[in-house]
Amino acid sequence: MSTAAAEPRIADAGDPMVPRRFAISRVRQDTRDTFTLLLDPVDGEPLAFRAGQFTMLHSFGVGEVPISISGDPAAALAEGGAPLEHTIRDVGAVTHALVHASPGTEIGVRGPFGTSWDVDDAAGGDVVFVTGGIGLAPLRPAILDVLRERDRYGKVLLLYGSRTPDDILFGHEMHRWADLNDVNVQMAVDNAPYGYTGKVGFVTELIARAGFNPRASWAFVCGPEVMMRSAASALAGRGVPASHIRLSMERSMKCGIGLCGHCQLRDLFICVDGPVLDYPRLEPLMSVREL
Amino acid sequence: MDDIRILQPSGLDALVGELRARGFRVVGPTLRGDAIVTGEIRAVSDLPRGMGDSQDAKTYRLRPRDDEAYFGFAAPAQSSKPVFFPAEEVVWRGRRDHDDGGRFSGGQFTVERDTPDAAPIALLGVRSCDLRAVQIQDKVLADRAHVDAHYVGRRDGAFVVAVACSDPAASCFCASMGTGPRPSATSRETGEPSYDLLLTEILAAGDHHFVMEIGTDRGREVADEIGSSIGHSADRDDAIAVTDDAAARQSRAIDTTTVHDVLRASAESSRWEDVASRCLACTNCTLVCPTCFCTTVQDVSDLAGDSAERHRVWDSCFSESFSYIHGGPTRESTKARYRQWITHKLSSWEDQFGMLGCVGCGRCITWCPAGIDITEEAAALARMSGLPAPAATT
Ligand SMILES: Cc1cc2nc3c(=O)[nH]c(=O)nc-3n(C[C@H](O)[C@H](O)[C@H](O)COP(=O)(O)OP(=O)(O)OC[C@H]3O[C@@H](n4cnc5c(N)ncnc54)[C@H](O)[C@@H]3O)c2cc1C
Ligand code: SF4
Ligand code: SF4
Ligand code: FES
Repeated sequence: MSTAAAEPRIADAGDPMVPRRFAISRVRQDTRDTFTLLLDPVDGEPLAFRAGQFTMLHSFGVGEVPISISGDPAAALAEGGAPLEHTIRDVGAVTHALVHASPGTEIGVRGPFGTSWDVDDAAGGDVVFVTGGIGLAPLRPAILDVLRERDRYGKVLLLYGSRTPDDILFGHEMHRWADLNDVNVQMAVDNAPYGYTGKVGFVTELIARAGFNPRASWAFVCGPEVMMRSAASALAGRGVPASHIRLSMERSMKCGIGLCGHCQLRDLFICVDGPVLDYPRLEPLMSVREL
Repeated sequence: MDDIRILQPSGLDALVGELRARGFRVVGPTLRGDAIVTGEIRAVSDLPRGMGDSQDAKTYRLRPRDDEAYFGFAAPAQSSKPVFFPAEEVVWRGRRDHDDGGRFSGGQFTVERDTPDAAPIALLGVRSCDLRAVQIQDKVLADRAHVDAHYVGRRDGAFVVAVACSDPAASCFCASMGTGPRPSATSRETGEPSYDLLLTEILAAGDHHFVMEIGTDRGREVADEIGSSIGHSADRDDAIAVTDDAAARQSRAIDTTTVHDVLRASAESSRWEDVASRCLACTNCTLVCPTCFCTTVQDVSDLAGDSAERHRVWDSCFSESFSYIHGGPTRESTKARYRQWITHKLSSWEDQFGMLGCVGCGRCITWCPAGIDITEEAAALARMSGLPAPAATT
C-alpha cells in the first residue's frame, strides 16, 4: 500500500483503455465474407506494431473486438505511414458493423497489444508458414518481415488450407510471393467443385510431404485451434523442434491488457502472454478439452 | 513500529470523526437488511454493535450477541472489494461531434476518460482476510505492465484501520491460508505497511477496550489526536491471544503446501462431473469473492445516439458468455467452468502472481446455494489426485 497522494496515472494520451480515433479510408472485399479495412489515424500519428500483434477495434455504439493487424510493420513506420490494415471476417454484430461502414467513418482503436511472431529468430533456417482461412491475415505481417530480408532465410514455405477455392484469401498476393520471392506456396481445399484441379484435403497433409529441413526449420502456425493442434503435432512429428513452432491463440478478449480475465488459459493471459506462443507452452494446454 | 495504545470504546467515535475531519470517506461494516455489509460510516453508531453472525454452507444469519462488541462477527456479506473496485463504473464517455444522420455507424467522435470521485478512502474495521484480498488485488490491478487506473486512483493513499478477527464463522479458513485472523503488519510482496492502525477488541468483563497497534506514522498521528493511552507488551499479548483463540476455532482448512500441484494434476479429474452435477453456475461464489477481478464491458448509448459510455462491470467465469468467441463458448460445460474457477484460485493464480487467489474468507461457501465448499472440493481432488493428502478438514 502506498501512502503517497494519488499520482496522476489517469493519462489521456496513451491510455490503453481509451480508443484512439482512426478513419476508415477504404474497405476492400477479399472474399465473400472477408474484408480488409484501411485506417488512417485522425491525429496523424501512425500506429507502430510488431508482426502478430492485435488491436481492439471499436465500432461506436456496437462494440469492440480483437483483430490482428494484417499490414506491413515496416510500412507503418515509413515516411508518411501506410494505413493501418485489418482483415476481418464478417461473423457477427461488431465485425459486420466494421466491414460495412462507409469510408470516412471513424472507429476506435486500442493497442497494439500482445506478443509477436518474432520471425527474426528463424534467420538462417527454413521457414514454414502453416495457415488456413483467415489465419493468413495475422501471419501476413510475419511473411512480409521475412520477405523484406529474404536472403537471411533458407527455404520459405507457405502451406495454406481453405474450405473452398472461393475462400482463398490474398490469392493474388500468394502468387506474387511465389513468383517474385521464391516462396513455395502449396494449397489444399476441404471441398472442391467439379473440375477443380488443385489438391483436396487438409493443410496438415501438406506438411507430411513438403520439402524443408525439419531440424533447421521454424514454423509459424495460425488458424482454428483444431487445425493448429494437428499442424503443430505433424510438424513436431517430422522433427521440427517444438520450441521452433509458434502458434497464435484466440480467446474471448475484453481489455487486451491482462485486466479483465476473459482470455485466461490456465496460467496464461492470452492477450499479454500471447497471442503468439510457443508449442512447448501450449501443447499441454491444448490437449485438455474446454480448458 | 512497536507502539501500542489502548483505545476506549468511546474513542472509536473520535477515530471516525478524526478520519472524516482529515477528508476521508470512511467505509466499514454496517447493518443493511439482514446482513452486515461494507458501507459508509458517518459515526460509530453505524457499526453493527452487539451483532454477530452465523455462517456455514448455505447459511448466513445475524445473531444478536450478549455483549457490546463492535466487531463481533466474521466476514461481512460483501467484502471491501467494491470500495476500490466497484461492480460497475464508466471507463470513458464518447460524444458525437456533429450530426451526420447516422446512429454511431458513422461520423466523428470524441472520447474522454471518465474521472472517478477522488475523495480519499479510509477502510475502518477491515479484517485480515479482506485486507490480504486488497493486497492481492493491488498485485493484479495496480502492479502490472498495465494498471486499472481508476483502482489505483482510489487505492493510493487509502487509510486502513484493520481489525483482528475474534469470532470466526464455521465457513472461515483463513488460518490455514496464512491470511488471518491476525493481519500481518506488512505486505508479503512489497514489505510496505498493511495497515495504519490495527485494533483488537478485548471483551473482558467490565473492561471493554481496544488494543491499538500503530502501523504507520500517519496512523500514530491519528492515534495521538484521538486520545489513546499508552499500552504495554502485555496488552499486545492479550491481542495475540484473541487471534490465537480464533484460529484454533476454525475447522475448515486447505493444505496450501500441496494445493497448487493438486489442482495442476487434476485437469482431467472425474471429480468435475460430480461438482458439475451440483453447481448451478449461478455466479454467486465469484460475486462475493474479495479477490475475483474478472470484468466485462458494456457500451451504453442514449436514445438519440449522441453520446455513448463504456462501462466496466464485474463478470464471472461461471457465465456461459464469459468465454464466448464467434462459434460458441470455449468453456461450454459447468464442469469446465468450475474447474477454471477453482484451478485459478488455488493454482494458476500462484503461477501468475506468486500468491494464491483465495484468502479463506469462506464467503463462497456461505453463499453457494448448492452448498459447494471449496475446502471440500480441494480435499476431494487431493485424495483423487494420488498426490500427498492434505491436512484433515475434520
Ligand atoms: C488475438 C485475436 C486476433 C484475432 N484476429 C482476427 C483477425 O485478424 N480477423 C478476424 O476476422 N477475426 C479475428 N479474431 C476473431 C474476432 O475477434 C472475432 O471474430 C470477433 O470477436 C467476432 O465479433 P462479432 O461481434 O462480429 O461476432 P459475434 O460472434 O457476434 O460476437 C463476438 C463477441 O461478442 C461478444 N458476444 C457475443 N455474444 C455474446 C453473448 N451472448 N454474451 C456476451 N457476449 C457476447 C463476445 O464478447 C464475443 O467475443 C481475432 C481474435 C483474437 C482473440
Ligand atoms: S475463493 Fe471463497 S474462500 Fe477464497 S477468497 Fe474467494 S470467496 Fe473467500
Ligand atoms: S459453486 Fe455454488 S455459488 Fe458458485 S456458481 Fe456453482 S452453485 Fe453458484
Ligand atoms: S483480454 Fe482482458 S485479460 Fe486478456
